[in-house]
Amino acid sequence: MSDAGIHSDEIHQIGAETIANPRLEEAYRSSTLRLFTHRLSSVSAFPGFERLREAGREAKRHVIENLDYYLGQFADNVEGNGGKVHWAATGDEVCKIVVDIVRKAAAKEVVKAKTMVGEEVELNHALEAAQIRPIETDLGEFIIQLAGERPAHIVGPAIHKTRDDVSDLFVKHIKAERTNVPEELTAIARRALREMFQKAGVGISGANFAVAETGTVVTVENEGNIRMCTTFPRVHIALVGIEKLIPRLADLGVFMRLLGRSGTGQKLTTYTSLLTGPRRAGEDGPEEMHVVMVDNGRTKSLADPKMREMLYCIRCGACLNTCPVYRKIGGHAYGWVYSGPIGALVTPEFIGIGQARELPFASSLCGACREVCPVKINIPDMLLHLRSEAQADAPRPSGGPIPERAAFKLWAWAMRHPFVYRLGARLARWGQSAIAQKGWIRRIPSYPISNWTKERDFPALASQSFRERWKRL
Amino acid sequence: MAKPRVALFITCLADQFFPQVGESVVKILRRLDVDVVFNPEQTCCGQPAFNTGFRDEARSVARRVLDLFDDVEYVVAPSGSCSAMVRVFYSELFEDDPELLRKCHELQKRFFEFSEFLVKGLKVEDLGARFPHRVTYHDSCHLLRELGVDDAPRKLLRKVQGIDLVEMQDYRLCCGFGGTFSVKFPEVSVPMGQDKIRAATETGAEYLVAADGGCLMHLAGLIHRQGTALKTMHLAEILAQR
Repeated sequence: MSDAGIHSDEIHQIGAETIANPRLEEAYRSSTLRLFTHRLSSVSAFPGFERLREAGREAKRHVIENLDYYLGQFADNVEGNGGKVHWAATGDEVCKIVVDIVRKAAAKEVVKAKTMVGEEVELNHALEAAQIRPIETDLGEFIIQLAGERPAHIVGPAIHKTRDDVSDLFVKHIKAERTNVPEELTAIARRALREMFQKAGVGISGANFAVAETGTVVTVENEGNIRMCTTFPRVHIALVGIEKLIPRLADLGVFMRLLGRSGTGQKLTTYTSLLTGPRRAGEDGPEEMHVVMVDNGRTKSLADPKMREMLYCIRCGACLNTCPVYRKIGGHAYGWVYSGPIGALVTPEFIGIGQARELPFASSLCGACREVCPVKINIPDMLLHLRSEAQADAPRPSGGPIPERAAFKLWAWAMRHPFVYRLGARLARWGQSAIAQKGWIRRIPSYPISNWTKERDFPALASQSFRERWKRL
Repeated sequence: MAKPRVALFITCLADQFFPQVGESVVKILRRLDVDVVFNPEQTCCGQPAFNTGFRDEARSVARRVLDLFDDVEYVVAPSGSCSAMVRVFYSELFEDDPELLRKCHELQKRFFEFSEFLVKGLKVEDLGARFPHRVTYHDSCHLLRELGVDDAPRKLLRKVQGIDLVEMQDYRLCCGFGGTFSVKFPEVSVPMGQDKIRAATETGAEYLVAADGGCLMHLAGLIHRQGTALKTMHLAEILAQR
């Protein structure tokens, strides 16, 4: 799928294509299973994990409820440390701020660490439009940048690519020798990137956490590329969603324990960087540190008590790995940047329900996501809320000859009147006699049951309902 | 001590498609000396509308449930999903009306899913059932994650004479029914169901058992279309076997 625009209304089509593609299906199946299993074993080996989830949730609740205070504190401390804080209300503002900083630094190339906010605001397109070359240095991001795709997963952007896919891309775009040995593929990327770190004038990163008390930007990673991006170039720009704040440095311990285990099953990721201001005399690091605080729809969710909890998310990806729907349809089907259960919340919230009407419905509401969420976000409940928003907002009902709302109004009327309910059942029994065979119906042409009978038989109504039988019981 | 009095909430699905499930529930409860009553004014809990995003319509149906069952000691439903609708989601439907919310909370305390009622309410596990077959139990998601009931159905099944109860791979994984999800996203719902059937078949089980008519309807429909040998049964039907 292309790396621009919003395609959330194509969820059925892209999802079906993924399911029909054995290579993609297997890539999603095996990688989500691996991450799911790793999470499960590391969480079960940690007896206090439930308490930790409670603590993490409480810390996030507190910070989100008092976000104005903590944003002020964080900004003051960043500036006190010698950094510069920028406030961006929209994605366009983020891009403009970043392009201005890069131009001022007279840089032609920027090295980028993985940043979902950067994806969200389509920063790479804005940089390219300004004749600045963005170089993704996270291995997964590097791969999908070559492929011209969006991330397929919040944590593993190239989770859907097999070794052979990666090799194809390397051969085509960076003239590498063909190999499908993971170590060799990594070495190829490493060689290509190493030189860029030295050349680029600006490094751009995201942030996993932003500590209000100290003005510290925290990043976690396994590859070391974030540390390179944030320390090698003369200028470092951190893109920070305003919900990334945590109150104190002491709270970081809770989140570090939650994040690694939930995301990849690691106790800690290989590198954890705490970036507190630009370099001081006698130290390494960038001369300038810019922190761009990004709203881009977040304050709208903040103002909505029904959706606020969504902002607790620490982007671990556990809900994706456990979700039976994500496992099938993959990340690109969600049509934007964020995928899986959390994506089905974030996307309609950030881009508007009008462009992502189907997303809240892309769930069987099984609740597996809530069960693994490190901060216990009640995702199914918020999906239900968004479904009612989607229906309220519907300009005209989607799909089918009978408008859905009218159908449910009629249904509710029948359910409120037992006589109508009984009559309806009687009519259906009479109607099914022509098409039912041995208790099963093979095809019902009318929507929505036509969608059922494409690949499933539909049970015929019992010859007598329970309420009729009750009289003899 | 007076006999416990239980109002059966049959659920629209069992009423119309699986009346034998209701008969099994009545049979079992009567064997346990429970006074079972059935109010024929009942229809649906309102879940289809609620899950599709039509809250006003769902509320209008749910209101009737509050009224119809306000004078019985217990309400029991042979469905985890409908029970979860009443026990969990009704609170949201009535959150803006203090009087109805009070009534709703009061009903929630008396409303039980069938297996939960047997094990937690009546404190029985052995129902004297006999079913000499290999069986695997599928946790329906609402029963498992909204009501937190995973042990009760297994405790009941383990006490069935002659039964060979086996667990399938990923037994906690959703079967793909999901109410209107099954017709809104058939392209996902169907392969999820096929995975479930494969997992159940791999155990060598003859019967796939669940406590929810929705899951069973979806899985049985797939099985029937595919011509797989696996059979489906509601938990109550097995527990009523002698």
